Amino acid sequence: MTTEMAEPASKIELPAGIGGGGEIPTFNITLRVRRYNPEVSEEPVWQDHQLTMYGTDRVLDALHKVKWEIDGSLSFRRSCAHGICGSDAMRINGRNRLACKTLLKDLDTSKPITVEPIKGLPVEKDLIVDMEPFFQSFREVMPFLINKGHEPTKERLQSVEDRERFDDTTKCILCAACTSSCPVFWTDGQYFGPAAIVNAHRFIFDSRDDAGDMRLEILNDKEGVWRCRTTFNCSEACPRGIQVTQAIAEVKQAILARKI
Amino acid sequence: MPTKPAGTLYRGREGMWSWVGHRITGVVIFFFLLVHVLDTSLVRVSPEAYTAVIGAYKNPLMALGETGLVAAIVFHAFNGLRVIAIDFWKKGAKYQRQMLWTVLVLWLVVFGAFAIRHLSLALGGH
Repeated sequence: MTTEMAEPASKIELPAGIGGGGEIPTFNITLRVRRYNPEVSEEPVWQDHQLTMYGTDRVLDALHKVKWEIDGSLSFRRSCAHGICGSDAMRINGRNRLACKTLLKDLDTSKPITVEPIKGLPVEKDLIVDMEPFFQSFREVMPFLINKGHEPTKERLQSVEDRERFDDTTKCILCAACTSSCPVFWTDGQYFGPAAIVNAHRFIFDSRDDAGDMRLEILNDKEGVWRCRTTFNCSEACPRGIQVTQAIAEVKQAILARKI
Repeated sequence: MPTKPAGTLYRGREGMWSWVGHRITGVVIFFFLLVHVLDTSLVRVSPEAYTAVIGAYKNPLMALGETGLVAAIVFHAFNGLRVIAIDFWKKGAKYQRQMLWTVLVLWLVVFGAFAIRHLSLALGGH
């Protein structure tokens, strides 16, 4: 059901070709999406779409164009669409990226742009995966402040240096790009994964937190930090630029230093 | 609509491929050690049997195999030191890529020198 919107009286018809000042170049792309619908087939299929996109468009805009104008059955997650909520991590041209932060013009548009769900987590439909195993590991490292002292009347003060110590790992948006880029996680779903370790790091090295030892104990597990094989896929994949492998190495060293 | 059920390979960078190389060379070395322990233990069966088996290795095919084995060991050794540095040296993660190039240069020098000498001795006629 559609209702006609009345044009405002001030509307002026512009002839084509006028007002070229802000023109954005367009180009054609082939978007190759890995579709999966368990109600139709157990086998995923590749689906191609020819699209005309603008130079300012991101992969997310191409997915929107498909979903809104061509095939409404395409399923993917996105919320803020500006790289903050961490909903739209997917594998773009074989690498984990946020669809909302990947400009089409930065990709090779002469070849099809492949979009797949992130690896290592069960696919539910198209680009949507079950994030529960990921969040389970996240919860296990107790990603919240634990302080045994008295509740201060004002905020808990911290020096600039102490705050700086864990600054990098505060940036995590839990998009799972790191964890699902990890070859160890693909084959061993029990591994905590980079994201959980990053969020543990954020509290282990926080001078206001008193439960660092507990978290180190949790991560000093067969499926904890020692599963890390330093492939650096996580550091490459992180859309926030967190030095993930570095953070994992620091947790490893903290566990060893504590033992001595 | 192209249908290809298999997904694409993850396009990891140097770190991932060095890990793949480390794994493969590790498995190769493991199988060599398995055979090596078996043939060496033949000495306890009889020295003649040992000599016969070791003598059977003296052919061009085994020479190529030995060259491949040394290639695997040299890579695994140098990359292993790199992995240790990543875990224990504070700046290891930061310089992992430079360290990998160092590993590959060292590998080329050591393996190249060995390959020239070994193959010229093994294949160059006795």
